[in-house]
Amino acid sequence: MFEGFNFRIIWQYLPFFLEGLRNTFLISIVSIFLAMIVGTVACACRLSRWKLLRGVSIVYIESIRSTPLLVQIYFFYFGLPTLGFRIPELQTGILALMLNSGAYMAEIIRAGITSVSAGQIEAGISSGLSYFQRMRFIILPQALGVTVPPLLGQSIVLVKDSALLSLISVLELTRCGQVLTSERFMPTEAFFTVAFFYLCIYFCLKTLADWSQKKLIFREAY
Amino acid sequence: MMAFYFQRLLESFPFFLKGLWMTVAVSALGLSSATILGFVLGIMRAGNKKLLTWPIGAFVFVIRGTPFVVQIFIIFFILPEWGIQLDAFPAAVLALSILGTAFICEIVAGGIKAVDKGQWEASTASGLSIFQQLRFVIVPQAMQTILPPLVGQYVLLIKDSSVVSVIGVVELARVGWMTVVRIPEGLMVFSLVGILYFVISYPLIRISNSLERRMSMREVRL
Repeated sequence: MFEGFNFRIIWQYLPFFLEGLRNTFLISIVSIFLAMIVGTVACACRLSRWKLLRGVSIVYIESIRSTPLLVQIYFFYFGLPTLGFRIPELQTGILALMLNSGAYMAEIIRAGITSVSAGQIEAGISSGLSYFQRMRFIILPQALGVTVPPLLGQSIVLVKDSALLSLISVLELTRCGQVLTSERFMPTEAFFTVAFFYLCIYFCLKTLADWSQKKLIFREAY
Repeated sequence: MMAFYFQRLLESFPFFLKGLWMTVAVSALGLSSATILGFVLGIMRAGNKKLLTWPIGAFVFVIRGTPFVVQIFIIFFILPEWGIQLDAFPAAVLALSILGTAFICEIVAGGIKAVDKGQWEASTASGLSIFQQLRFVIVPQAMQTILPPLVGQYVLLIKDSSVVSVIGVVELARVGWMTVVRIPEGLMVFSLVGILYFVISYPLIRISNSLERRMSMREVRL
């Protein structure tokens, strides 16, 4: 099965793969960070008192959640130029990833906030705390335990989803595999190497997610 | 110009319906085999036979840790090198069912582990065989925990089926991609693709939500 596995070609292309790995890292970190911001804002709108904001965020969240990421990427990739915005593939990809994960994160954050019982908020109001104080001292500390593990889970999904950016020719890890396949026609070496790198990232993030879950559950029981 | 392209888009609508049909076919075949395999593996994984749980755990780790695109490339480009030549459609169905099996296996295993230990003991004491225990006692109860995330997983898998367009299966995302070359209105074309995906996945999302609500209500009543 592996008798013809050519390690030399992997060694030769290693710097290239490492560049792809670095790009995957950068894309993921930037997208996760932006998605958290988008998610928080969308969630705040979703829970707001104004109907219009609520409506807009519901439409945003539901339309993202019921269409594939690939279609969203193509939507921005082919759609933005027709509107007159010419932005490079990389930024288009990050935009799509950010909006996609933002919708899921909004739902996760909302689940966290609504898991805090109304009595807690009422107690906060009657103690004369302002909105931000209530958020800072009452709601967020309790909601974090419910939100951090699934947010890390969503981050794992985002890292894997970033592989789709290879289809709009962003040079990240999967794209490296495609390039090696087309230059040397060595798909076995190319894609097993790519899969290996993804597994390493997944292993680290998964360990972190499991650890955070254990920590936070421990704190709750405490 | 907009109106002209819109007209042409309407003319190619039957092509989109063909793509929708292909998406439904790939998803239906992939999901049904994934459900059967996922239940079998999930039940084995919930047991305590190390010889069974270890390989299944490793399989799930590898599938969950790598992006779906990479898995598709491996199946489509690497299996032929080992002498297994697959057309695009069977390769797509195979890839989707492997992905689905890994995720459904975890959901099923979680649901079965959530069934109270006393149920196992009681059914053993009643003299039921292991198959009868599963069929009449354990799985029906586990279904309550399994069903809502299972339907949610179906939605994710249907959306993931868009990725099989990379190996040339002419399903919805591919149809959009082929159309945008002729009708350079990316927003319009991919909005239509998005709407068609929405038509399939939104009802399923609603079902998943209502199942979740009903199941959690039942728990409160107990």
